[in-house]
Amino acid sequence: MNLQLTPDGKLHHLLTLDGLPRAILTQILDTAESFMDVGEREVKKVPLLRGKSIFNLFFEPSTRTRTTFEIAAKRLSADVVNLNIATSSQSKGEAILDTVDNLSAMNADMFIVRHSQSGAAHFIARHVAPHISVVNAGDGRHAHPTQGLLDMFTIRRYKGAFHNLTVAIVGDVLHSRVARSQIHALTTLGVPEVRVIGPKTLLPTGVEQMGVKVFHDMENGLKDCDVIIMLRLQNERMKGALLPSAQEYFKFFGLTPDKLALAKPDAIVMHPGPMNRGVEIDSEVADGPQSVILPQVTYGIAVRMAVMALLAGGTA
Amino acid sequence: MHDSLPDAGSLIARLADAIAPTLTPDTLIVGIHTGGVWVAERLHALLKCVQPLGTLDISFYRDDFSRIGLHPQVKPSTLPFDLESRDILLVDDVLHSGRTVRAAMNELFDYGRPASIRLAVLIDRGDHELPVRPDFVGLTIEVPRHQNINLSRLDDGHLTLSLA
Repeated sequence: MNLQLTPDGKLHHLLTLDGLPRAILTQILDTAESFMDVGEREVKKVPLLRGKSIFNLFFEPSTRTRTTFEIAAKRLSADVVNLNIATSSQSKGEAILDTVDNLSAMNADMFIVRHSQSGAAHFIARHVAPHISVVNAGDGRHAHPTQGLLDMFTIRRYKGAFHNLTVAIVGDVLHSRVARSQIHALTTLGVPEVRVIGPKTLLPTGVEQMGVKVFHDMENGLKDCDVIIMLRLQNERMKGALLPSAQEYFKFFGLTPDKLALAKPDAIVMHPGPMNRGVEIDSEVADGPQSVILPQVTYGIAVRMAVMALLAGGTA
Repeated sequence: MHDSLPDAGSLIARLADAIAPTLTPDTLIVGIHTGGVWVAERLHALLKCVQPLGTLDISFYRDDFSRIGLHPQVKPSTLPFDLESRDILLVDDVLHSGRTVRAAMNELFDYGRPASIRLAVLIDRGDHELPVRPDFVGLTIEVPRHQNINLSRLDDGHLTLSLA
């Protein structure tokens, strides 16, 4: 049984894109499309989630994701409470489920969960009362489904369709929950060629089994690509033995104008943020005409509105 | 009962005749998805309205969202004008409970403060649940509660009314 779906196949939690049918992904993207104009009108709000309480439960720091979830919830007229657990009662030793129970006792309708442990959102989803929905806002190395969805939304907006695309995901796939969610979504939506490009030490073993082509150099990997997704190189990886240095990494895998020229001339460049300029991406590319990195942020609001609206509707 | 409903085209023509004397060059016509947009498109052409046509999808303003969830096919609302201090002619196909019109008015006010809103409907079938009455109506008809009046559009663009 899929924990994410109700018995009649509706979305109840959003924990991972793995195993979600194409119809649900498309429904979320279509719904997000209709939320796009809300941010541009005089009153940037619709009354859909009036009276609902949404708790942003962030056990790990985040600026962009937390803020866009908060804005999305507010544009749906929900009441939003932000909890930075790292600085609140978890530091006093309260167990996660006690925190969740306490917030449930305050009549929560939805939890948005970010945690450094893989599986944390699933753990909470299994525990909460049936009327409460849980959204995974990133768990360990496992999944970041709303990021994956907003990336699909961005690709569809710029490329129109998925069935004729070559998409490359570049960099630290090994530690990336974003890459996993992207790969699941791209293959489910019918992208015929998904590539991962990176040094052997930063690609998970057996990644081919996810339906991707593996490249260890940019020259071959970026050839004929329509979409290039750069991943953040997490600085803490540099301390281990995985990479010699940031300069060395940039030389081989940093996206420069020269390397970008290997892809199709109308290729778009994406990045989930926060960027390390001069490590995985050159500023000239990040700020250049093919970059859609800032539109990704804007679309993230509409996509998160769509997810919350679909979860909150009809579950009462 | 099927043949008791008149031709949609002649009802729209009748509506247009009733609206024409009251229309100013500044009046904005706004149709409610989906049937109301079809009627609004016809009225917009018949009345030779110079302003662009607006469309509203009221899914985000429905009062039954927490019971039945989001409508599966939400279309974007398109109001290609500033409606602050303007006269709006709101158009729908069938007026029944009045809840759709209530939702549409709420949505319009999130775009600005119109000077006035008037309501034109192809059919008023009664059984209102809210104090909503049309200013212009093509046909007033009583229909048993369990029946629906549907406006549909054929491939050639022809509009037809049916009872189900």
